[in-house]
Amino acid sequence: MDQFTLNLIVVGMTFALYIGIAIWARAGSTAEFYAAGRGVHPVMNGMATGADWMSAASFISMAGIIALSPAGGYQQSAFLMGWTGGYVLLALLLAPYLRKFGKFTVPEFIGDRFYSGTARLVAVVCLIVISVTYVIGQMRGVGVTFSRFLEVSTDNGLYIGAAIVFAYAVLGGMKGITYTQVAQYVVLIIAYTIPAIFISLQLTGSFLPQLGLIGSYAPQGGEVAMLEKLDQVVTELGFTAYTADTSNMFNMVLFTMSLMIGTAGLPHVIIRFFTVPKVSDARSSAGWALVFIALLYTVAPAVGSMARLNLTTTFWPNAVTGNALDGDAIALADIDSKPELAWINTWKATKLLEFSDLNGDGKIQYFNEPKAVTAANKALADASKALADSTEADKSALEAKVAEAKAAVDAALAEATLGGKSLAERGLVGNEVTKIDNDIMVLANPEIAKLPGWVIALVAAGGLAAALSTAAGLLLAISSAISHDLIKGSLNPQISEKGELLAARISMGVAIAVATWLGLNPPGFAAQVVALAFGLAAATIFPALMMGIFSTRINKEGAISGMLAGLAFTSVYIFLYLGWFFIPGTNVYENTAANYFFGISPLSIGTVGALVNFVVAYVVTGMTKAPPQEVVELVESIRIPKGAGAAQAH
Amino acid sequence: MADKSTSNAYWAANVRVILISLAIWFVCSFGLGIILRPALSGIHIGGADLGFWFAQNGSIYVFLVLIFAYAAKMNKLDKEYGVEE
Repeated sequence: MDQFTLNLIVVGMTFALYIGIAIWARAGSTAEFYAAGRGVHPVMNGMATGADWMSAASFISMAGIIALSPAGGYQQSAFLMGWTGGYVLLALLLAPYLRKFGKFTVPEFIGDRFYSGTARLVAVVCLIVISVTYVIGQMRGVGVTFSRFLEVSTDNGLYIGAAIVFAYAVLGGMKGITYTQVAQYVVLIIAYTIPAIFISLQLTGSFLPQLGLIGSYAPQGGEVAMLEKLDQVVTELGFTAYTADTSNMFNMVLFTMSLMIGTAGLPHVIIRFFTVPKVSDARSSAGWALVFIALLYTVAPAVGSMARLNLTTTFWPNAVTGNALDGDAIALADIDSKPELAWINTWKATKLLEFSDLNGDGKIQYFNEPKAVTAANKALADASKALADSTEADKSALEAKVAEAKAAVDAALAEATLGGKSLAERGLVGNEVTKIDNDIMVLANPEIAKLPGWVIALVAAGGLAAALSTAAGLLLAISSAISHDLIKGSLNPQISEKGELLAARISMGVAIAVATWLGLNPPGFAAQVVALAFGLAAATIFPALMMGIFSTRINKEGAISGMLAGLAFTSVYIFLYLGWFFIPGTNVYENTAANYFFGISPLSIGTVGALVNFVVAYVVTGMTKAPPQEVVELVESIRIPKGAGAAQAH
Repeated sequence: MADKSTSNAYWAANVRVILISLAIWFVCSFGLGIILRPALSGIHIGGADLGFWFAQNGSIYVFLVLIFAYAAKMNKLDKEYGVEE
């Protein structure tokens, strides 16, 4: 059976499973649609939260982001700590109290606690901006995974994905989504860990990738630690050491913090804790969610480091037992003829991996090209192009420029060194592996580890499960904000339960249509917008919820001005570097570390935005009158578990 | 509903547990994983230095233990103060 048929069968089987679950778990009431009837067991809820949280980015991209980071893999630990540490904040500071509150949405809590429709509206706006930016990436992930493994176009893949999400999310609401996510979690975690276990066995002899990460490098007799070997190999080739320390500790702290409080402030994660039966379950459910998330997040750094080592030693075979540069680089003839290297051409065809034999020696040399060489080569290419394009009769001036640029390249090659010898001496003209996409570290792993075809098919199904489950959770958060907070909350409070359920289903349908359209026409700035989503969640929703629970004193004026200040401060700082509303060319400063205020990157600004929110809220509250007695009583009642609404059978 | 002084005492006890937990949360991630890493680079966990291991694996384990410990401690406090569901 060929790989394509196998992929089709495995992915088809998982889709049939999701649809089957959706039909079994249809939602009949608003409580089931918004909160799965509050009857979900904490372990199940934890699993569903894990699938909800782990997106296409976590599954496909994160290991590669860590592995291929130019500043070294350690620098990217912020993602690992940030995206898990947020659950501690959720369990301790938000989840139990919001469950006790016992309503359906995040804006509803903010509206009730701050006794203000305006506060609720501000929260709805933040929620929609955060969730919509997220969902674009997920729809895109579905399309890309389909096109890579099932040979359909990205657009058609997106339509298929949207149809599947439509079927189970509109039909089942939170109830259908929750049980489908449980299945999706199982698929994605199996798909992620099987290749990881095998690559760990091959490189470190350790069955557990987590132990492999700190284990020793088996192919060299097990005398050197795997990470030490990795550091040695990459530094020999001119890259920054994998375990190198961060050059900006302050920014790393702020970035990690921003991801943590951003995680705790993401509405589609918070609403998951409305679905459990009891307050004590909300606490442990956050723990179970983290158990299932940690299964992937503790494996990811092992996958990243080992895949990087595997990839590098593939290009420099001598590095397996000695120094890379003591032997020859990989030969083109071997790539074309040896079956164990066939994956290189497979992934070259997808353009995730690109290489070319620049110096014509029949080998592919992969190393960190010095910046001076890159610049000189670019100047030469520009000069040659100007000469070729010229229509003037007298080309001597342009020819002289090309000659000058050639001399500059030669000088740069003579000066730049690799392993103690100049590039010119080694006969190199530049790095010949011109592109390694982050995603390849996970997607090509089964092939690099020579695993059977069904494992490759499983990785395809896992990537789809990760993207679909997150998309469904986000769409539910959006649709409940529209039907429950906008329609029932302010436009038509008299709406019947049946009417509200219909409105919820219609807004879900519209949300899917909009998300599909945005996925088909992605704004060119998808990556930057994610930074905005985390920054906003950190600077608006998290502080508002926390003050709402931990202070009886903060009033509506304080909360509203705090949220608006956090929103304005965070978006303006991001826009300064990435362009006003992300329009290219409108940025005030160039987006480089030298231009950042106090070295704080736009990615890390959410932490400062949250501080601004807290400070403004306290100052404004101090100047305006205290909240009414019934609000103080509301806060006091959510602080104690007793008297939470009973669980509903389902 | 429990009377006011009980609820206040329960809340104060809860806040105390939260503060202790958050201190541990901060030390194992921001402390050992980032700020103290250069100072502790001599200590190794297997093939990684202490800070690297905490940043990429260790802190996540501590987070897990922390949440379940908090949940267990709060269940005990709920009963002690008679505010359980």
